[in-house]
Amino acid sequence: MRKTVAIIGGGITGMEAAIQINKLGHTVHVFEKDEKLGGHVAQWDHVFPNQRKAREIINELTCQISEEINIHLSSFVEKISQIDDSFVIKSDNNELKADAIVLASGFELFSASKKEEYGYGIFENVITSVDLERMFVEKGHPFMRNGEIPQRIAFIHCVGSRDEKVKRTYCSKVCCITAVKQAIEVKESIPEASVYNLYMDLRMFGPGYEDMYQKAQQKGITFIRGRLSEASEVENNRILIKTEDTLSSRPIKMTVDLIVLMIGISPSLANNQILSDLKLEPNKDGFAEIADDHLSPTHSKVKGVFIAGACTGPCSITDAINASRSASVEVHHYLNQV
Amino acid sequence: MRYHPFVLPFSFGLAFLLIYTSIIWIRWINRLSENDKQLLRKNLFSFNTLAAIREVFMESLMHRKIFRKNVFLGFMHMSLAFGWFMLILIGNLESRTYTAGRINPPYFPIFFKFFRHDLAPLKKLEAYFGFWMDFFLLIVLLGLSLAFIKRAHSKVLGIKRTTKHIIIDKIALTSLWFIFPLRLLAEGFSAALYKTGNFLTSFMGDEILSGIASPTLYLQAWWAYSIALGIFFITLPFSRYMHIPTEILLIFLRRYGVKEKEQHSSFTKIEINACSRCGICIDACPITALPESSETQSAYFLREMRYDKPTNNQNESCLLCMRCEEACPVGIEITRIRENERKEYQLFASESYNYLTSPKNAAKGKVAFFAGCMGHLTPGVIKATLALFKAANVNYTFIDEEGSICCGRPLMQNGQTDAGISLRQINKDLILNSGAEILVSSCPICTREFIEHYVLGIPVFHHSQYILELAMSKKLSFRNNSTKIVYHDPCELSRGLNIIEEPRQLLRLAGELIHSPENSGKQQSLCCGGSLGNTNLSANQRKSIAENTLSGILSDKADIVATACPLCKKSLACSNKNIEILDIAQIMLEALIAPKFIPENTVESTKMESNLTYSPEINSIISE
Ligand SMILES: Cc1cc2nc3c(=O)[nH]c(=O)nc-3n(C[C@H](O)[C@H](O)[C@H](O)COP(=O)(O)OP(=O)(O)OC[C@H]3O[C@@H](n4cnc5c(N)ncnc54)[C@H](O)[C@@H]3O)c2cc1C
Ligand code: SF4
Ligand code: SF4
Ligand code: SF4
Repeated sequence: MRKTVAIIGGGITGMEAAIQINKLGHTVHVFEKDEKLGGHVAQWDHVFPNQRKAREIINELTCQISEEINIHLSSFVEKISQIDDSFVIKSDNNELKADAIVLASGFELFSASKKEEYGYGIFENVITSVDLERMFVEKGHPFMRNGEIPQRIAFIHCVGSRDEKVKRTYCSKVCCITAVKQAIEVKESIPEASVYNLYMDLRMFGPGYEDMYQKAQQKGITFIRGRLSEASEVENNRILIKTEDTLSSRPIKMTVDLIVLMIGISPSLANNQILSDLKLEPNKDGFAEIADDHLSPTHSKVKGVFIAGACTGPCSITDAINASRSASVEVHHYLNQV
Repeated sequence: MRYHPFVLPFSFGLAFLLIYTSIIWIRWINRLSENDKQLLRKNLFSFNTLAAIREVFMESLMHRKIFRKNVFLGFMHMSLAFGWFMLILIGNLESRTYTAGRINPPYFPIFFKFFRHDLAPLKKLEAYFGFWMDFFLLIVLLGLSLAFIKRAHSKVLGIKRTTKHIIIDKIALTSLWFIFPLRLLAEGFSAALYKTGNFLTSFMGDEILSGIASPTLYLQAWWAYSIALGIFFITLPFSRYMHIPTEILLIFLRRYGVKEKEQHSSFTKIEINACSRCGICIDACPITALPESSETQSAYFLREMRYDKPTNNQNESCLLCMRCEEACPVGIEITRIRENERKEYQLFASESYNYLTSPKNAAKGKVAFFAGCMGHLTPGVIKATLALFKAANVNYTFIDEEGSICCGRPLMQNGQTDAGISLRQINKDLILNSGAEILVSSCPICTREFIEHYVLGIPVFHHSQYILELAMSKKLSFRNNSTKIVYHDPCELSRGLNIIEEPRQLLRLAGELIHSPENSGKQQSLCCGGSLGNTNLSANQRKSIAENTLSGILSDKADIVATACPLCKKSLACSNKNIEILDIAQIMLEALIAPKFIPENTVESTKMESNLTYSPEINSIISE
């Protein structure tokens, strides 16, 4: 008898899981709260490590989604209840009984206005990495609020990550490399611009990341080790930033046209409800907790509930796809055994 | 019979107590500064002495302030103190009357019912004395039962936590608890055997003890009573009960104008000993609600000060929020004592900040605006305040626009006086060089420091006061959009500067103020947990304090939380509660009816998410 699998979240993790689990011969239902699939990746312009179009990835996944897969768009999963070995998933306009669940509900962006000292939402030329992606999608280059092309741009790393003051002590993993990628793109779109990156550490852990960092340096992008202390607005709505160059131990004050806040990956609030419905505890950073750090990276602590992608913590697209496939195999074994 | 050996424990205890406390009192008074002694001499024969006597009666006996905080607690303290006092007073009158005015040894009135069984010489007064003695004994016993309930089930009396006592306090407390039941027992036996009782003691004698009453038990009961008294008197000077004589001395000295100084003094010793460890400050302290148990609260801090040295944790975890001081019925200047205690170590030298110079300001506005370092971390507050100034056509200079040098208060709060004073000088130059006639700051911490410790010669206002002033003089007008606002009082503004009504008055022009019991507009407001006075609590502990505070003041009806301090704003915003926290200036800017001459906004906005959207007119003022 065919078994039913419910996938919560239609980002790349949910899409990949749907494709794989369907191929393994089970009935799949994907619940996505937005009107379209793709999750956060659908908002990005080009992606690291190879600056390929994000659209391509989404399109490729979409092509693989067969007719058999049931996609429920605009369906926010608000409640899940467990009856013996099966689950009842209640969304905005649907109720479904499933034998297993894949939680692929992703992350939330850190709200930059929580770091008020950086002036997001207050100074017009303070934007986030996500706003910058949008500018690239819309115009192919960054611009100031008055429409002018910025000549001096500073990227601020670790906004809402590794910061006890906003209760987020973990590293968001993808923002260093995203900042390097975006710095290169800014330099490519405005060659005469001066671009600065203010970082704490540069975490270039993935394949191809270090090469991108080398490329950025060759393009003349300046890397300053120091955390932004505060920003203020000066004439013509330019931004005065203050930091300390911790390599040479001297305070730095500089005025730029635009600052880009590299906002971190935060646990999603909507997840909390689902986790508590399933009697799962979030981990210490607030993400869904995996059953074993090494050997069960896609099991949750509840039988029949599998977790993958950014809902378990910061991850890249490659990580998300890997986790998704791992979860699919686990789901398959689980369904064959019950 | 006028003597029996059982009076010895009592007499010895009393003698010891009197001699010991007199020596201590004399030592304390002797070691007061010359200045304080002069105050004492000057005021001794003045109206202040009468006022002090009245205060001793109201506070040490009636415990009026505790009554106001909690009726049960007040009754408990009052019945014990006033009841006992009346027993002594009436007992003395009774024995004096009996012996026709002859001076009796001190134990005689206390053990009167042992020495005199034939009450005929009291004639008609016998019934009166008997009644009132029994009446006050009953009152004391009632108070005692409340004390008992408080120890066992404090919540019944509306007290969340009682003080954890040390061994000497436990001994004193136990002997105190035994005194009055033993007195009832002893007098009950007297009543059973010799018919000396009134309503209470006769009841005890006739109904309860009549079956077992015997001369041996009778004598043993009087021995036990005397021993309990003796133990209590001997332990008193070393236990919390030293507060009884000390509080009296404190009340007199305070009435004469003696205060805490910049360092600990003999007066500090008196204040520390006047703490009764009643524990009222424990419930008041925001740290108490944290899951980790700690002894930071002032009852414990002062105890440590008295016997030994406060621990680093006790010293540094305190937020200096002043809630304990506000709650303390004895009126101990706890915050001053805490600040002075922190002065022991100077981590920074006065030269530490020599490299700083006060920036020069070319512009010379009438009003100097000072945002402070916290203000610079909340640019939204600065922007909104200046937009209101522009709308009201205020001629101002933003004197620390280029960056702020700390006003010095956080250093002073942490006892770093050398460095703190050097910063004061730099800012004082900055303010006076600006040539302004008025100083306005959006930070209560700076405002308080300027008012209390900078001698500037110009008026200093908190921005909430100044914006209210602009509204009152019709330079600004607001539209009340019935937003439901909960106002959080910053500690430095409410308890520190007593600016409580002005921000509320202002907010009422913009919306509807919502009140909760924890937010009644008095000086008991809660602390946001962010205080710079604390250097020890973890970010998580501070966050839980912020969350407790928000839960305390929020109601379901509220749309917005308003505050008037950049630090409070930041601390409260870090909590998990899903509500917007705004500074009073931001709220007023949203409610502002823009002046006519401002041109229409023409700037096109990009699609940025922002949680602050002003009307187009106002946007144009901001970006002017
Ligand atoms: C600024 C930025 C740039 C990045 N750039 C790159 C890059 O260049 N290369 C790269 O490899 N990675 C990049 N990443 C990381 C990448 O975005 C993530 O790895 C990826 O989004 C993870 O996908 P996901 O499906 O797990 O989560 P998401 O993308 O968050 O998708 C989760 C989906 O679940 C839906 N959902 C959530 N809750 C519910 C619910 N209760 N009911 C129904 N639906 C729900 C959401 O609507 C969403 O569509 C970047 C990240 C950031 C922040
Ligand atoms: S990846 Fe880099 S920018 Fe992002 S949190 Fe980690 S260290 Fe900070
Ligand atoms: S400090 Fe005041 S409130 Fe606290 S225990 Fe002592 S007397 Fe009571
Ligand atoms: S000042 Fe505040 S934090 Fe410190 S002991 Fe008193 S109530 Fe507690």
